[in-house]
Amino acid sequence: MAGKPAADGELVIDPMSQFEIKRLVNMDLGIIDLSFTNSALFTFIAVALTVVLLWVAVSGHSLVPSRAQSMAEVFYEFTRNMVRDTAGNEALKYFPYIFTLFVFILACNLLGMVPYSFTVTSHFAVTVFLALSVFITVTVIGFMKHGAKFFLFFWPMSAPPVMRPFLCIIEVISYLARPISHSIRLGANMMAGHAVLKVLAAFVGALGVFGFLPILGVVGITALEFLVAVLQAYVFAILTVVYLNDALHMH
Amino acid sequence: MATEETGNVAAGAAEQSGGMPQLNFDTWASQIFWTAVALFILYKILNRSILPRISGALEDRHNAIADDLDRADELKREAETATETHRQGLADARASAQKIIDQQQEEIDAELAAAEAEAEAEIAAKLAESEKRISEIRAEASGNAQQIARETARSILEKIAPGLANSDALDAAVARALEKSELSS
Repeated sequence: MAGKPAADGELVIDPMSQFEIKRLVNMDLGIIDLSFTNSALFTFIAVALTVVLLWVAVSGHSLVPSRAQSMAEVFYEFTRNMVRDTAGNEALKYFPYIFTLFVFILACNLLGMVPYSFTVTSHFAVTVFLALSVFITVTVIGFMKHGAKFFLFFWPMSAPPVMRPFLCIIEVISYLARPISHSIRLGANMMAGHAVLKVLAAFVGALGVFGFLPILGVVGITALEFLVAVLQAYVFAILTVVYLNDALHMH
Repeated sequence: MATEETGNVAAGAAEQSGGMPQLNFDTWASQIFWTAVALFILYKILNRSILPRISGALEDRHNAIADDLDRADELKREAETATETHRQGLADARASAQKIIDQQQEEIDAELAAAEAEAEAEIAAKLAESEKRISEIRAEASGNAQQIARETARSILEKIAPGLANSDALDAAVARALEKSELSS
């Protein structure tokens, strides 16, 4: 995270180097490269931390919860209520998937806040994969539940008949745009915050005595980034639930 | 890039794609693959052991609270029943106390009446006896007075006209006079 003033005093700002993917274990299969990278390593660290923390929290399993258990329960109920309030009781059978998605993104986002770590969710490969998975799953659920009637989702019955074909096109485009906005929102947020931190940090050394100014900025942005990390995980999860609600109830 | 042996997949590509490692599509397959694997493992662990534990704990607590509330309700009902019984007992006791008081009062009244009647009867008997004695005394006294009057009258007559005294006529006159004096007195 530290700035990199070059030895000759020339300011070198390279905010994107922190996002570089480095191959740790070569698994190049020729047709496809599935090498174990720093991204994969931090993905598994995030998963391991999530599992360990939740496991410790629930291993007590007492009637009067410990602090950790109580936090796990609050998080569980918060997510569950989010699913039920947004998409109804019918959606509760998909709750484990949404919970997994939520904790996964949250863990990756927060792990990225640790200096020298890697922010998995700042890569569009990951966010596009997650968003496309949600998009495809939700669309399949919609067609499985409503059959061909699910196409009526794009046919605005409340609009005047003349307008319906045009609105239908808009509806289809907006539906297809969902995974794009869904993934870019998360990835761009995570990437931008970390890049800004890097740029500001690079100014600290360059400004000499006045280096405390960018430090104040870094402190502020870091606090903001924690907020963004939690908020974007929540936004991703609740948008997933909203899409699920559309598939289950067609508005 | 796949053939690069330096161990750095992205460095060269990042330069080519304008410095954004995110847009180096050579790394996408690896990222997507490992993300999918990690998500699958996380889902399995959460769904198998962690989520059931949390929901179990929540359910247990919910049940415990419901049970406690039920028991509290039951105890409250019991307390109400006890209060009702207590109140009933109090009312019964009060009623029986009132009954005893009434009975006692009646007994006392009866005893009092009996005592009163007895006393009255005694008084009446004594009164009657007294009256009898008074009348006896009076009769005796009046008898004595008649005799005294007769003897006085006879002795007076003997002194005034000796041998003339008709005792029968004298007695009658004395009785008449006494009667008159008794009436006038």
